[in-house]
Amino acid sequence: MQEHVQLDQKQINHDLLRSVLTVPKWWLPAVLFLGMVVLTGLGSFAFMVYHGLGVTGLNRPVMWGFFIANFVFWIGISHAGIMISAILRLTQAEWRRPITRAAEVMTVFSLIAALHTPLFHVGRPWRVLYWILPYDFDRNIWPNIRSPFVWDPSAVGTYLIASTLFVFVCLLPDIAILRDRAKNVLVKKIYSFMCLGFRGTPRQWKLQILAGILLSALVLPVFVSVHSIVSWDFAVLIGVEGWHSTIFAPYFIIGAIHSGVSAVAMLMALAVWLYGLQNYIKPDHFDAIGRLLIIVATTWFFFFFLEWVYALYTLDSPEIALRELQAFQWPYGPLFALFVILSFVIPVPIWMIKRFRRSPMIMFWTTVMVNIGMWLERFLIIVPGLVRRTHMTFDWGTYHPSIIEILIVVETFAFVALGMLLFAKVFPLLPLFDIKEGMVFRHLIKVGRRTVPASIREGLPHHYYKEKH
Amino acid sequence: MPKRSVLGLYTDEDAAADALDNLRDVGFGDGEYDVLTGTPYPEGTFGEAEPKHNLYRWPLIGAICGFTIALLITVGTQTAYPLITGGKPILSIPPMAIIMYEGSMLGAIIFTVIGIIFESRLPRIFMGAYSEKITEGHIGVTVTTTEDKTSLAEEALEKAGAEGDIVRGWKE
Repeated sequence: MQEHVQLDQKQINHDLLRSVLTVPKWWLPAVLFLGMVVLTGLGSFAFMVYHGLGVTGLNRPVMWGFFIANFVFWIGISHAGIMISAILRLTQAEWRRPITRAAEVMTVFSLIAALHTPLFHVGRPWRVLYWILPYDFDRNIWPNIRSPFVWDPSAVGTYLIASTLFVFVCLLPDIAILRDRAKNVLVKKIYSFMCLGFRGTPRQWKLQILAGILLSALVLPVFVSVHSIVSWDFAVLIGVEGWHSTIFAPYFIIGAIHSGVSAVAMLMALAVWLYGLQNYIKPDHFDAIGRLLIIVATTWFFFFFLEWVYALYTLDSPEIALRELQAFQWPYGPLFALFVILSFVIPVPIWMIKRFRRSPMIMFWTTVMVNIGMWLERFLIIVPGLVRRTHMTFDWGTYHPSIIEILIVVETFAFVALGMLLFAKVFPLLPLFDIKEGMVFRHLIKVGRRTVPASIREGLPHHYYKEKH
Repeated sequence: MPKRSVLGLYTDEDAAADALDNLRDVGFGDGEYDVLTGTPYPEGTFGEAEPKHNLYRWPLIGAICGFTIALLITVGTQTAYPLITGGKPILSIPPMAIIMYEGSMLGAIIFTVIGIIFESRLPRIFMGAYSEKITEGHIGVTVTTTEDKTSLAEEALEKAGAEGDIVRGWKE
């Protein structure tokens, strides 16, 4: 049960709208810094467009490098955002209330960041339209739907549209609160327009609650499909050992959940520190997400282990050679060790201890570790498979990322951070109406000689209770 | 005759429920009054009628539309330029299923969102009588009726213990 804090609606408005209605001292320098990093990344991209893909470290046989590893990483982060929000909504878990919004918004920005890198990777992004949209009526060249590169944009596009609509619908009541609190006439008008005249009638609340449940139920299958399809970018190729694996779809999904739930925990700690939300995101919330992470990390490790067992048990010499390259040869060996240590060996034992799970500081640093590890995992799936010498390769070499690639990858991280900061300046990062509902439904009750916090859960329609009891 | 809306504000749920009882007693129908709150309450808290909706039909209609469009796109583009790649048939079911699945889900989600907005009776241009105190925790009971019945409504709202003055607003 969550730690009991009873706050009135006025206090909740005051606390949670502070980030929107006032400007913290650190905000502008942070936005300027992140903006400069984003501009540097975009400048690097412009440089790459002008000079060609030769300015990257990509060359035969390694034509997929940092960009694609980063794409898979951000798709993974985006997944758990909506996943955690949707699953917690569907199961009516009380601890969902303060974390759903930030998780959903992170999904949207992570997806946009994910889309950056493959678009940049193709060198001439505008030509991507030829691949994915059936629009070239003059030349009769249509997208080849048998290619995974058409499945990918259709899945990621669906997911991006779905997540954005999900965020928008769940924001309506909170925009109405902002409309009522805004002092500036123009700002008030903008919020009035955006909230579509939401007033909070029983019908609107009923639809709002149903929206959360129904959209969660619809987004979850899309979430599963997106990372499966991303894994099929690799798994349907028969020419690269280590990629052509039937376990890839579930393995990628659980990996995405591992990195994504970690990112949500990271975000919770940042929200507590930057916006002083300790009354809303409490040690109990970190404890709950920590317990979830133990399960997710262990399941992920099981899949990782299985992938290796399946590869090694075949005694297929190319496959074993690849695994040897991944785990024991320079420079991939040390990276592999680092990846396993950071993603599982260090964080999971720490999360086992309740005192550590309840600490925002420890949860923050352990989840940062997980995400460094999970980025390395994607890199180690993609690059060694291409580097390994095969019989039919007419030339070979290794891969060194260029400064251009590094700057573009850094840009994606700055972009997500900047997006979250800008979002939090315009809309509340915590869902006010959801938290207020929790306060309405939560009371202290006496059980024998103890007083404990309890939450009411509305199950059946009210006429049922009237008739039966 | 132009309609006018009035609003009474209450600090507790019982008083708001009493206001609805009073309104029904003096002859106002379900469509004429509404409760406005800053947070969702359990259904029927104020004795209001259960809102009816058809939201569950929207995703189904959307999914059918999305599936059809995706089917047309996949079949249409592949048969328009029937080039065999990788030895696969022109109309290869597994990749078509992926696009049709995503199309169906996209259609279902877009239609659900449209359905939520439509069934919530949004967008609403005229706010009627409204108070910013509602999003601070007050419970509003609003009545939208013809001008000659507003005094009756105001009386019913005040009798239930409305806090402060009754808020008046024009509907149209």
